[in-house]
Amino acid sequence: MSSTVEIAKPSKPWKPSIKERIIDITLLAGAVLTSYAVVGATELKGKLAYFFVFFAALAIFNLIKGTATRDLMIGKDQFFSAVMLLGMTLVLIPTASILFTVIDRGRKGLHSGLLTNDMSLATPSDPIVNGGLAHAIVGTFLLVSVALVFSLPIGILTALYLTEIRGRFTRPIRFLVQAMSGVPSIVAGLFILSAIVYTVTKSYSGVMGSLALTILMIPTIARTAEEVLNLIPNDLREAGVALGGTQWRTVAMVVVPAARSGLITALILGVARIVGETAPILLLTGGGDALNFNPGSGAMGSLPFYIWKSFLLGTEESITRGWAGLLVLLVLVLTLFILARVLGSRRMK
Amino acid sequence: MTDGRANSVIPSPREITTEPRFSDKVFRGVVTAGGLSSLVILGLIAVFLGYQGFEILAREGLSFLTTSEWTVEVDSYGTITNSTFGLAAMLIGTVLCALIAVLVAVPISVASAIFLTFYSPSGLKKFLVSVIDLMAAFPSILFGFWGLFVLMPSAEYWAKLINKYLGFIPIFEVEPRIFTRSPFIAGVVLAIMIIPIVTSISREVFSQTPLDRIQAAYALGATRWNVIRTVAIPYARGGIVGGSMLGLGRAMGETVAVYTVLNIVYQINWQVLFGAGGNVASLILLKFGEAQPYEIKALMAAGLVLFMLTLLVNFIADQIIVRTGSKGR
Amino acid sequence: MNSEESNKEKDMSTSSLAGIASNHSTKRAGTNRLGIGLEARGVHAWFGKHHALSNVTLDFAAGTVTALIGPSGCGKSTFIRTLNRMHEFIPTAAMAGEVLLDGRDIYEPGTDVTKIRLKIGMVFQKPNPFPSMTIGENVLSGLRLAQLKNSHKEELMEECLVRAGLWNEVKDRLDAHGGSLSGGQQQRLCIARALAVNPQVLLMDEPCSALDPGSTLRIEETIKELSESMTIIIVTHNMQQAARVSDFTAFFLADGGPGEMIETGPTSQIFSQPRDQRTENYVTGRFG
Repeated sequence: MSSTVEIAKPSKPWKPSIKERIIDITLLAGAVLTSYAVVGATELKGKLAYFFVFFAALAIFNLIKGTATRDLMIGKDQFFSAVMLLGMTLVLIPTASILFTVIDRGRKGLHSGLLTNDMSLATPSDPIVNGGLAHAIVGTFLLVSVALVFSLPIGILTALYLTEIRGRFTRPIRFLVQAMSGVPSIVAGLFILSAIVYTVTKSYSGVMGSLALTILMIPTIARTAEEVLNLIPNDLREAGVALGGTQWRTVAMVVVPAARSGLITALILGVARIVGETAPILLLTGGGDALNFNPGSGAMGSLPFYIWKSFLLGTEESITRGWAGLLVLLVLVLTLFILARVLGSRRMK
Repeated sequence: MTDGRANSVIPSPREITTEPRFSDKVFRGVVTAGGLSSLVILGLIAVFLGYQGFEILAREGLSFLTTSEWTVEVDSYGTITNSTFGLAAMLIGTVLCALIAVLVAVPISVASAIFLTFYSPSGLKKFLVSVIDLMAAFPSILFGFWGLFVLMPSAEYWAKLINKYLGFIPIFEVEPRIFTRSPFIAGVVLAIMIIPIVTSISREVFSQTPLDRIQAAYALGATRWNVIRTVAIPYARGGIVGGSMLGLGRAMGETVAVYTVLNIVYQINWQVLFGAGGNVASLILLKFGEAQPYEIKALMAAGLVLFMLTLLVNFIADQIIVRTGSKGR
Repeated sequence: MNSEESNKEKDMSTSSLAGIASNHSTKRAGTNRLGIGLEARGVHAWFGKHHALSNVTLDFAAGTVTALIGPSGCGKSTFIRTLNRMHEFIPTAAMAGEVLLDGRDIYEPGTDVTKIRLKIGMVFQKPNPFPSMTIGENVLSGLRLAQLKNSHKEELMEECLVRAGLWNEVKDRLDAHGGSLSGGQQQRLCIARALAVNPQVLLMDEPCSALDPGSTLRIEETIKELSESMTIIIVTHNMQQAARVSDFTAFFLADGGPGEMIETGPTSQIFSQPRDQRTENYVTGRFG
């Protein structure tokens, strides 16, 4: 006679039971109520106050619950869980606030001519629709492009030294790249001033600003490129050399093409690093109100300068323009960021 | 066929002279030159700033760092008759704001890093890590104006609260009662700016905690917090310190955000809640617009000091990370 | 010979290997289109202070297939890498002895290393087609890397793919990405790639160890065909494979010290009547 065999059902007995979950939710609700009560009863005000009290209450409730149901050690464990969560939330709050603020205040400055007009004919208190930031976008694009001309080769060459040649300068160079990434942007600006503007060109221009931006970009590009080149498996290099290739041909025809998407990521990250840098621009490039396609001379606008000037002018309209500028800058940074991510994940084909 | 019988004498290794081809030599030369460019650039920065600022440094000597005065007297023709440059107030301000930033940022960052490594479900973790990386990409001008317009009222409120209950402690005194645009607020803004860096580095170090130690602790009956406290944190300590120092360096050199948020006044101010202060970087930015060539030299000297300071901090941070980071204890 | 060990299985395994080996026709040494072949004399290898390989002297006659067998870690791969001067890529590497190609030491000062590697090609354990190139470009990549001129690129590509046994499977998709092939196909692509620069000697470092049995057999067929026109040296873990493809076999062993070549001879002899006890222990499966 055949007996029906019961197949065991997979279960997860270690997950919290329904009862435990209900207790947790009750605690959460209790903490929320406590925060309202405390804030209402005392002089604490503001959203942050609610948050702090909420987490304090949650942590204490957790401590009590844990100690009461098991022992102090468990209680402390539960207590700190809440504390760690608080830490994480404290990181998210400013980020959310920044995003919200920029979108909320910046959208008032959006209009159809934003990306096509410049400010050459608009005064600070003109209505928003007069004027735009076309010159700023063009300017930023030009500044970044010129900076890339210098920083991309140097950054990639540095990375190639660290991964392909690995000579006796490897440790010093790696340290120097790290040191360079800590150079304050204003110091980079002062350097170009003293080394080039005061001695050679005697004039401010977009190119001068780009040179300072180059210094800020090189470490980012070099570091990312190094990481990416190191990911290329060594047997590709060996295969290239075993076929009779010289080192440089192997690097140029095998390694670098294999790392192509990663190197583009390095470029994008380098651009993202400097696209919002203000200090060097204020020192070396200044800014203009009109479209200027020549980075070598003439007043060159840029997004950071546009934002800076708009806020400084102080009228209601110009402040809105400033927020709109920040919004455009933020969108730009976000786009670059997402591009880098997408490229990065596609690399793992 | 021959049989490989070991000789009793082992020969010494040959010298392998691989004379690279000319094209490879050129390749090596070009790449090495590119790699050394960072050395060249850093060296040139020091040289040029030093050269420009030399006159001021020679005149002021050590008092450039120790006294606190920045005045330029000009006669009716506009030429400079007398000047005193002493950076102390701004140096103290630099350190003060950066310290506040680190004190606020590090606990939050470490807690976040612990949360991400040990508490967070993996889907949420990926999202949160992306958010933090995004935050690292925000330009400082954004933090500056957000700090000025949005954070200020909130921070002012909390500053008043701190002053009310802890005002007996000297640094929390506020006289006259101006709470806006204080080093405290600048420090908080800087903290928010450096949180991504410190969190990333801490997270990386925590994730390298040896799994067998963690599991051994669990197997002995430890709670999650016990494991974190006894295994993870000691292991990550060096990396966290290193990451904090990197954040410190970043905070010390920040220009635009501090300039926007902080009310720059040239006096030494230890009262962190009081609305006056400054740091070297924002001073340079402030004075640059109207400075005469002579004063610009003083600004160059200030830039040199800032450069050396951040280089030193970064060097120490690097050493700490290298020595303790991936090896732990 | 230990005739006391009349273990049935042992007898059967030895004799079956020997049987396979003797089925494989032995080449006459010196089928002379290719010069004198490759010779290693007293080759030692170090990694820093670690003496990895000691005093290996081996003759690889032109047009033959030689298998290098032995347990893991006995220096076979290290040895094969001294033959095309790949060993020196490891920073702490050092060697002693001579490797003669057509009578000339390839380690002689002033030798152009890249030219050596054109004559002594290599196929690696893990198939490594260049990911940034198509199948066709992969085959011809050796020409680009070594700057060789060739006015009949298309024909060369087809010939190499035919010789590697891959032509029929890829002739319609030469523009496809190099990584879109299966493991066995990728390895044959690597063989075709190595053939394009027309080497005299082909070194193969466990070429089938990452592949399934079907691909392995196909590559073994390829090896047999290729041996008509070049000298092949193959490192393998798989004794049956050695018995199937090679004319000569060399047995390596590292007995606590550096790796040494214990015995070498025609494959059938190594597997049926090895002279050294250690060789016999290995081929009968007592260790390894």
